[in-house]
Amino acid sequence: MRIIIVGCGKVGAALAEQLSAEGHDLTLVDLSERRLTELTNTLDLTSVTGSGTSYHVLKEAGVQDTDLLIAVTAHDEINLLSCLIARKASGCHTIARVRDPEYVAEVGFMRDELGLSMVINPELSTARVVSRLIRFPSAIGVSTFAKGRIELLDIRIPEGSRLEGMAVCEIGPLLRCNVLMCMVRRPGQTFIPKGDFVLHAGDDITVIVPRSEQADFFRQIGVPNDHIRSAMLIGGGKISYFLAKLLLDSGISVKIIENRLERCEALSELLPGATIIHGDGTDRDLLDEEGLARCEAFCALTGMDEENILLALHAGRHTKAKLFTKVNRVNFEEVIGSLPIGTVVRPKQTTAELIGQYTRAMQNSMGSNVETLHQLGGGAEALEFRVAAHDLTGVPLQDMPIRPDVLLCCINRKGKRIIPRGSDVLREGDTVIVVSTRRGMNDLQDIFQPEGTEGATS
Amino acid sequence: MNHAMVRYLIGWMLGVESLFLLLPALTALIYRENVVLAYLGVAALCMALAALFCHKKPTNTRFYAREGFVTVALCWIVLALTGALPFMFSGEIPFVVDALFETISGFTTTGATILGDVEALSRASLLWRSVTHWVGGMGVLVLMLIVLPLAGGQTIHLMRAESPGPSVSKLSPHLRDTAMILYAIYFGMTVVEAILLMLGGMSLFDAACTSMATAGTGGFGIWNTSMAHYNSYYLQAVVTVFMILFGINFSVYFLLLTRRFKAAFRIEEVRVYLGVILASSVVIALNVRHLFPSLLDSFHHAAFQVASIITTTGFSTVDFNQWPALSKAILVLLMFIGACAGSTGGGMKCSRILLMCKSIRKEMQFLIHPRAVRVNKMDGRRVQHEVVRSVNVFMIAYLLLFILSVLLLSVTNEELITNFTAVAATLNNVGPGLELVGPAANFGFFSPLSKIVLMFDMLAGRLEVFPMLLLFAPGTWRREK
Repeated sequence: MRIIIVGCGKVGAALAEQLSAEGHDLTLVDLSERRLTELTNTLDLTSVTGSGTSYHVLKEAGVQDTDLLIAVTAHDEINLLSCLIARKASGCHTIARVRDPEYVAEVGFMRDELGLSMVINPELSTARVVSRLIRFPSAIGVSTFAKGRIELLDIRIPEGSRLEGMAVCEIGPLLRCNVLMCMVRRPGQTFIPKGDFVLHAGDDITVIVPRSEQADFFRQIGVPNDHIRSAMLIGGGKISYFLAKLLLDSGISVKIIENRLERCEALSELLPGATIIHGDGTDRDLLDEEGLARCEAFCALTGMDEENILLALHAGRHTKAKLFTKVNRVNFEEVIGSLPIGTVVRPKQTTAELIGQYTRAMQNSMGSNVETLHQLGGGAEALEFRVAAHDLTGVPLQDMPIRPDVLLCCINRKGKRIIPRGSDVLREGDTVIVVSTRRGMNDLQDIFQPEGTEGATS
Repeated sequence: MNHAMVRYLIGWMLGVESLFLLLPALTALIYRENVVLAYLGVAALCMALAALFCHKKPTNTRFYAREGFVTVALCWIVLALTGALPFMFSGEIPFVVDALFETISGFTTTGATILGDVEALSRASLLWRSVTHWVGGMGVLVLMLIVLPLAGGQTIHLMRAESPGPSVSKLSPHLRDTAMILYAIYFGMTVVEAILLMLGGMSLFDAACTSMATAGTGGFGIWNTSMAHYNSYYLQAVVTVFMILFGINFSVYFLLLTRRFKAAFRIEEVRVYLGVILASSVVIALNVRHLFPSLLDSFHHAAFQVASIITTTGFSTVDFNQWPALSKAILVLLMFIGACAGSTGGGMKCSRILLMCKSIRKEMQFLIHPRAVRVNKMDGRRVQHEVVRSVNVFMIAYLLLFILSVLLLSVTNEELITNFTAVAATLNNVGPGLELVGPAANFGFFSPLSKIVLMFDMLAGRLEVFPMLLLFAPGTWRREK
């Protein structure tokens, strides 16, 4: 694919490295000639010196023939404008890094009206990654859809689980959970289960469970539970805010220690459910007083790498908590990785990885209507489609001729998740997630029975 | 210094060279010449060495600017050493220094010969001389980049060290594609020229040799009288036009092919280059008017000589050593100006000259208004300070090398104009100079010492001085503790 990257800071450089290793045709745009020379010396790509918001510069970078433009400069406005220009100039896909929480709240509008394919907020995505690590025991695999809003969970049913011998249609009522069973894999076989399908121990299942019910679901089915109920966050920056919000949503109690009073007040206003402590996070007495010894997850998220590392080392010595340490610096990776500071969180790296994922998905889905594609193993795929006007909109699902080897798992309507029932309808602009054992589906039309062979639908 | 990597790259280069050696071998087979064994043997030797060097891919493929310069310089020396072997084995140029001189002159696209009677050579050897021009013109390492199984962009150091001009421009995000595009354009233009020449009545062999020598802006003729042998205005005009075309920055062709006409015509260097050609042709045509029957005649020959000298090809249709002083002076100046950056030509390159003129203007303005701020621009964009600095330093190194070479030549040779123009003709990769090394003469009479100096000048000129200097700088080889 032809890709233009505007802005070659840490994120831009990490992206360039990743994408050029995957063999894409890259063109970098940056104001600093020196920076560009450094990158062209080590990576196989071209560069254009100039502003990413200038049409002429973008044209020189070949925006007319490009497939994707990624704007990751330090300024939200430049990123947005750059994407807007590229979009108007060539209709390519665009990804913008936008960090201001005020803009983040308007992501939907930007995506729809400005035609952005993806708006990425490093702090929010980092918070999502951390919250996922905190919320899920390590035995569970997660694939995300709808830009991280929908999670498909892969679980192996343990011996002696309540699910053993249970039919799929009984799960909801018996566990009092809103569970959608998408797929079951046994050695050599993959099923899209019907209501009467009976589960066994050792089956690998793929399910969608609302975030608030996940903890309860894991407990009930007996997945080895190192589930975390309380987290302590040091530093009250943007990541802490987003992370706290996500953790509170899934019923984990959150304590934030922040040393600026105004920020504490703001946080307390924004996060009524969290405990906000005003004080120095590096004060040992304060940490002890606030129950460092009892916390189950400890996240060092201040603005200083050194402080975070020291805090994590200290916490690691005095608690058994899961540790998360934010490190901004990209180099010295081996040294930092060898320290007992738990999971190292790198916002810039995370951003680059997410964009990389999007790019790969985009490449897989070129020439089709697939938004996201995940290989689930066992020959099955989970795909995300965007619903177009001609796709049987307004017809209840129970009346649709859906193929038996296809399951419609989830509808994402303007950021809202809907676990579909028979009476639900599709609307234009929705995205739907489909799990199938059929390969090579390119369009939502492919999930329907071919005309004339209409059989029983599930 | 990553020795394993340097060895590996030299191995690949030898592999490429051995393939090119098959061309003269094939020619020898067709014309039933007895030099076939010499060429086949050397090709086999190169292939064996290549297999030996590339047998194991180095584990550490780290590659920096330093390795880039050293590899390019070493590659060119190895290229010359192996390329000279067939001349010696076949007995056509038995003396080592002479064979090396002829080969280096070929690869560096100089076209200066030590042979008094070119026509005595076998056809295979004549073709090999032209092939060396063709490969040397665009660069053997650039060609190697197409086939080199190495990922990453660090190989750009190779291209940077080998390509002529103050800065290298990538035509496509991938270096391999860039190299491919360059060679595709190069190959295409060479073929077009050969076809046009054949339409004018040349034989296939003559057309192939002539167009390859033109493409590389080399200048080895296959007749003693160079292009004067073809007494056809059409053929000479075709060669004139193609010499000028091959002296243009290849980015222009890429821009034209991708229909970016505005960007193509914005390149100042090319406008300067074409302007200089036109102006000097007119002046010389008027200056030598009395030597030719008509004004058109005199313009035709003036244009051919000007194109031949400014693109540093070195073909000739007349002995310009007999021309008046003004014409000779202009031609010598043109030697130094040279062709465009990013072309196959030599010399200092129009873009450097242009940048230096701009620096002078800037300095003058600075003297008049000491607080004036002025940013130098080229092709509508700002020229970075580093580029200006490197151009200035290049100029100094170039002049020093020039003076030193003239001095060394004077040890064994008496004639100042000969010495001066011999160095100018080799350092700028032109070929013929004036007086004893004029278009009708050759370099055979120089002492071995002088020939070695001139060989170094040719390599330094083709690789733009610094790779060769770095090769002999002790700091390059010092092991870091």
